Amino acid sequence: MSNWTIKGARVLGGEQADLYVTDGRFAPAAGPGSRVIDAGGLIALPGLVDLHAHLREPGREDAETVESGTAAAALGGYTVVHAMANTDPVADTAGVVEQVWRLGREAGRCDVQPVGAVTAGLKGTQLAELGAMAESAARVRIFSDDGQCVSDATLMRRALEYVKAFDGVIAQHAQEPRLTMGAQLNEGEMSARLGLAGWPAVAEEAIIARDCLLAAHVGAALHICHVSSAGSVEIIRWAKSKGWRVTAEVTPHHLLLTDELAAGYDPVYKVNPPLRTKRDVEALREALADGTIDCVATDHAPHPAEAKETEWSIAAFGMTGLETALRVVHEAMVTTGLLDWAQVADRMAVRPAAIGRLSGSHGRPLTAGELASLVLYDPAPVTAVDPSAHASRSRNTPFAGMKLPGQVIATFLRGTPTVLEGRLCR
Amino acid sequence: MNRHLISAADLSFADAVSILDTAEELARLAERPIPKLPTLRGRTVVNLFYEDSTRTRISFEAAAKRLSADVINFSAKGSSVAKGESLKDTALTLQAMGADAVVIRHNASGAPHRLAEWVKGSVVNAGDGTHEHPTQALLDAFTMRRRLGHLDGLNVTIVGDILHSRVARSNVWLLKTLNANVTLVAPPTLLPVAVGTWPCRVSYDLSSELKDSDVVMMLRVQHERMSEAYFPSVREYSRRYGLDSDRMALLPDHAIVMHPGPMNRGVEIAADVADSKRSTIVEQVANGVAVRMAVLYLLLGGGAAQ
Amino acid sequence: MAGPIQRPVSEISSDVAAAGDGATGDGATGAGAPGGKTVLGADEIRRALSRIGHEILERTDGGKEVVLLGIPTRGVPLARRLAARVAQTEGIDVPAGSLDITLYRDDLRLRPARALGPTEVPASGIDGKIVILVDDVLYSGRTVRAALDALGDLGRPRAVQLAVLVDRGHRELPIRADYVGKNLPTSKREAVKVLLTETDGMDSVMLQVTPGGPAGAGEGQ
Repeated sequence: MSNWTIKGARVLGGEQADLYVTDGRFAPAAGPGSRVIDAGGLIALPGLVDLHAHLREPGREDAETVESGTAAAALGGYTVVHAMANTDPVADTAGVVEQVWRLGREAGRCDVQPVGAVTAGLKGTQLAELGAMAESAARVRIFSDDGQCVSDATLMRRALEYVKAFDGVIAQHAQEPRLTMGAQLNEGEMSARLGLAGWPAVAEEAIIARDCLLAAHVGAALHICHVSSAGSVEIIRWAKSKGWRVTAEVTPHHLLLTDELAAGYDPVYKVNPPLRTKRDVEALREALADGTIDCVATDHAPHPAEAKETEWSIAAFGMTGLETALRVVHEAMVTTGLLDWAQVADRMAVRPAAIGRLSGSHGRPLTAGELASLVLYDPAPVTAVDPSAHASRSRNTPFAGMKLPGQVIATFLRGTPTVLEGRLCR
Repeated sequence: MNRHLISAADLSFADAVSILDTAEELARLAERPIPKLPTLRGRTVVNLFYEDSTRTRISFEAAAKRLSADVINFSAKGSSVAKGESLKDTALTLQAMGADAVVIRHNASGAPHRLAEWVKGSVVNAGDGTHEHPTQALLDAFTMRRRLGHLDGLNVTIVGDILHSRVARSNVWLLKTLNANVTLVAPPTLLPVAVGTWPCRVSYDLSSELKDSDVVMMLRVQHERMSEAYFPSVREYSRRYGLDSDRMALLPDHAIVMHPGPMNRGVEIAADVADSKRSTIVEQVANGVAVRMAVLYLLLGGGAAQ
Repeated sequence: MAGPIQRPVSEISSDVAAAGDGATGDGATGAGAPGGKTVLGADEIRRALSRIGHEILERTDGGKEVVLLGIPTRGVPLARRLAARVAQTEGIDVPAGSLDITLYRDDLRLRPARALGPTEVPASGIDGKIVILVDDVLYSGRTVRAALDALGDLGRPRAVQLAVLVDRGHRELPIRADYVGKNLPTSKREAVKVLLTETDGMDSVMLQVTPGGPAGAGEGQ
């Protein structure tokens, strides 16, 4: 393993400093044979932590594999990615989560932390073997049926209680199924005009309210996936004000895009939960700024071209996001003055690591003695997003052609570079 | 007019009047000994119908043939589409066959928008999901204008399942463009949540709207909506929102009753109302051919400006 | 000077215009008209139409079985005026209507789709009748060719004749007029502009030089 000297980086967007990496950790001075990186003008952040991505392997390797997904993650500045359980077979046993974990280690570009399903087969009727998954080599701590909502109140209660035994947390995809049958787009002016079945915000808010109350009642931790509406933000703010152990994430696309983009019926904008209105975007930005929403999570959802080049109503839901996340957050939150870079580090590394129970190894400060997982980001250039240059196997990004600031220049995972000069290593 | 006719909302006042005036001339064609014009000779019009609709398809077919265009009918059943061919691949096939215009009816809102990305010819929306049905709105406006002599200032009341109706949407946009006044009548469950942003009035009480209506347009109500709890029973729906002869008597003398078809006699409209002199249901069908001829002529009859 | 009625059609020339009152034919600009030279003033137009009316009566055995169909736009008021002349002179009612030829044009693809003009065939129809097509200017002959195709789809006239206010030459098809108000030799760089009271507020035929290439289609073909 090489040693590194990173010269003149703005650590957490602050003063310029030199960082030294020796034997995988930050050191007070340069180690022997250090290779030098000129990081003048670059911002140094802890390696980013994603709580929510779909790596599609096993089962949908036409869309993405652990190999391609982690390559995309590294290019986005990520050093750990949580892989959601809605694979085929579903990650509801120790066997499948260990398989995914092992694939991540073999690819080596980024840590892969599998998320375990809450219910067997994601069917919502019976708990999966949560304990076995927690004890496996994958050491699962976050459980989610994401893609589906755990809508049965009793089952959700049981799940919240059960994982207390091993400091686990249930991450809920909040979507009342009966209120969203056949839903295509946020229910509002656009859906009425376009003749697309509405996905009302209340279907998300009602579940969040219920689950916050349940979590409080049983004294458990609750994490809310991809919060998308102003109403949801208010409920979470209220729950936190009561001191309840509720955390929440927001996707980059919900910080920037609205349902007006659906006007041309291009399914690249079709996502679950849907893009909503300007008022919702503003509320989400404020919530991320004041910490009501704890962190950014990409919900990276790759799909093959034929699943998106169709009529809206049969197109798949989802957008890729690993490679554009930091740039979108830069545009939506830093350029607008809502967050500074130190707070970006908090929302995209420190807090998600805490929620994932990975604080020992991720989201660490960039100080001597710590594991050297970091990202060097150039905030200056403004370029159009080019999906054909992405490492992800899929091209379904809503930002295609959009001018966004910034570029990830280098990513280090425990002292080993996974990205240098904006390109994958090896 | 631009290259496609996908949404009535895209038509300017001038475009809409141009279509109606052109249809007026073309309507006389049917009275000629040879009801055929050479105007679209050598052009190919493809009817791409994913939903069963003999009536609309025949109307477009007649319109194209009367202008001497070649017509190719492509219906979803028993074709490569039934075997799972994507809309994109079907579009590329039509493109390769040299379609100058594709008339598409599809159960997915927005299908014509997508089709327009993949074919070079003109796309005519013959009904997409619950989004729009612009030629229906045009033939409805044409019928109103013919029967009542004008459109601006007319009070048009549209009754029925507005939430799921592409005919209602197209009519709201087009009638507004043509300066008519639209009122929508439905139970609250069958109105979109955002209907307050539409350029029309809304009422839950049919009887009170009738005395001021110049036109009453009844929309078909599907029985499936009952199982989704939009209304408790067909009987209650019919009692509260059906146009029977008692309600018809509340209309001013000159008022007309319209229905895009097919009708549920006895549900949204009573049989004797459908068959009365006020009813324009049969002439709407004939007017449909003239209007569709006008649309095809205006889209295909010229070339690019030099 | 000899009344126009007595002179054979082919000999009518711009000399006539030079002789009458208020007429110009030698380059002076007509009063009140937009640029160009007036070649027929209101009085000459009136006389030409009178003469045509008489010629029609002569050549159709008193106007029996005649139907006048004007080609929109300006052929229509001309057809009505001719019908009125004949009614005045002979006391018979000659049915007059219009025949729009837009949908039969051979040059549709050269411009975006054009608005249609009115087609009103009198109730007595055209089968077995002598249909006289009426237009303001005869130029390439293509308009008349389209009108003949349109007539063929409307019925079977006994005969078809053509009356025009101005024949400006440059035929591209073997078409000739039976009744001509004025023969006006022109160059392709000139445009003939016909103004009629019913459509333009005044009666006048003007000759304008178009800058650049030959005069385009649209002012009669």
